[in-house]
Amino acid sequence: MTFKRVVVTGLGALTPIGNNVSTYWTNLAAGVSGAGPITKFDASKFRTQFACEVKGLDVNEFIPRQEARKMDPFAQYAVVVADEAIKDSGLNLESIDLDRAGVIWGSGIGGLKTFEDEVKNYARGDGTPRINPFFIPKMIADSASGILSIRYGFRGVNYVTVSACASATNAMVDAFNYIRLGRLKLAITGGSEAAVTEAGIGGFNALRALSERNDSPETASRPFDKDRDGFVLGEGAGAIILEEYEHAKARGAKIYAELIGGGMSSDAYHITAPHPEGAGAISVMKDALDDAGISPESVDYINVHGTSTPLGDVSEAMAIEKVFGDHAYKLNISSTKSMTGHLLGAAGAVEAIACLMAMQHDTVPPTINHFTDDEEFNPQLNFTFNTAQQRPVNVALSNTFGFGGHNVSVIFRKLDA
Amino acid sequence: MSEIAQKVKNIIVEKLGVEESEVTPEASFTNDLGADSLDTVELIMEFEKEFNISIPDDQAENIGTVGQAITYLEENAGK
Repeated sequence: MTFKRVVVTGLGALTPIGNNVSTYWTNLAAGVSGAGPITKFDASKFRTQFACEVKGLDVNEFIPRQEARKMDPFAQYAVVVADEAIKDSGLNLESIDLDRAGVIWGSGIGGLKTFEDEVKNYARGDGTPRINPFFIPKMIADSASGILSIRYGFRGVNYVTVSACASATNAMVDAFNYIRLGRLKLAITGGSEAAVTEAGIGGFNALRALSERNDSPETASRPFDKDRDGFVLGEGAGAIILEEYEHAKARGAKIYAELIGGGMSSDAYHITAPHPEGAGAISVMKDALDDAGISPESVDYINVHGTSTPLGDVSEAMAIEKVFGDHAYKLNISSTKSMTGHLLGAAGAVEAIACLMAMQHDTVPPTINHFTDDEEFNPQLNFTFNTAQQRPVNVALSNTFGFGGHNVSVIFRKLDA
Repeated sequence: MSEIAQKVKNIIVEKLGVEESEVTPEASFTNDLGADSLDTVELIMEFEKEFNISIPDDQAENIGTVGQAITYLEENAGK
């Protein structure tokens, strides 16, 4: 059978370095760090006391207070970015087939704050279970896609993918598949996460996964630097409108790029550690290239998972050399997590948007905070350290890898490339 | 207005996001104040917490208006 072509027609972003796509891109290209001391709770007893928080967001500008209080922050973030993406897409919700409009969202955790608050509240009491009736609907990860479908009246496929830090990319690939199979005309996809909470920071601290560079939060996320010491927890959301190409063309939509391939694999190795030779990372990039039907040499830019952990960065760089051969030294690589921190289940969404904006502007955003070379990495690899680089970006690949060994990659190509 | 009535009104205004002027004794939570079934459950729980009582389900079912809530609480709270 012939697959339909799938294009991107709308974007929305809420990140630690910008509360909309345009500000996000400006700060990405300028190499701005979103890290700072934690303001959401008293972190003085935690090993890590900083994070990349969303700043200056007044949710009530987007959602009336009465509705907002029935949503966990991760779902509020979803609404904020989906509104921006719907507006950006120019979709007229009155004239589309809402039965063929879906929402496939990603979140690694869901309503962590809600869970914490409610359990703490119970623990403080005398054992009488006064659990708020909104506890479950606020906490469950799929509340985000449910809320979006109610908001826009989208009656097609609707669910949330949970694959840790690969969640949003998994969602995107699923939406891609439904559209290319002809089951959906369009979908809101992407992901959101709001895990800068006591349990979130404390939990990742216990895994020794977070940077503990408390004296210099803004330089803590330093992927591929010799002195990297873990990731910096971020929060936020990204929304992407995927649409069947002919449907987008017929309505004269602005098209950012075509989504040409999605790859998925599993390490089948360890619940948190990456495969030491990057086996899953190799197979997922190959799978995405095969799916897209392009040669490795066509790729101009890889937005890597690159979380700034000692092991993960090494295995991903090795995997890129294995998959791309000599071309690995010609393409640009960057980890925008050096600026945004790690948005967990939303990472794939905001990083896909980074790829799409890089293509729009033919500019590769940098991997900031590079101070010291690490001999673990081949110096021929171009990690786009510290400043953005201009180059034609016709094809971009985004990698996301999650605890559990989940690997997902997507490849975008300019429509006219 | 009794202290209990004022507290009840405050809870309703806070939880349902309505104006205090709408919170009349006759006002029904669901028909007049926009509450759905979960909002109603939450209101009952807030009353229980505020007045430190336990409202059995069969009696909670009979609390559908502001006035019914005030009357019930005036009769049962603090006992």
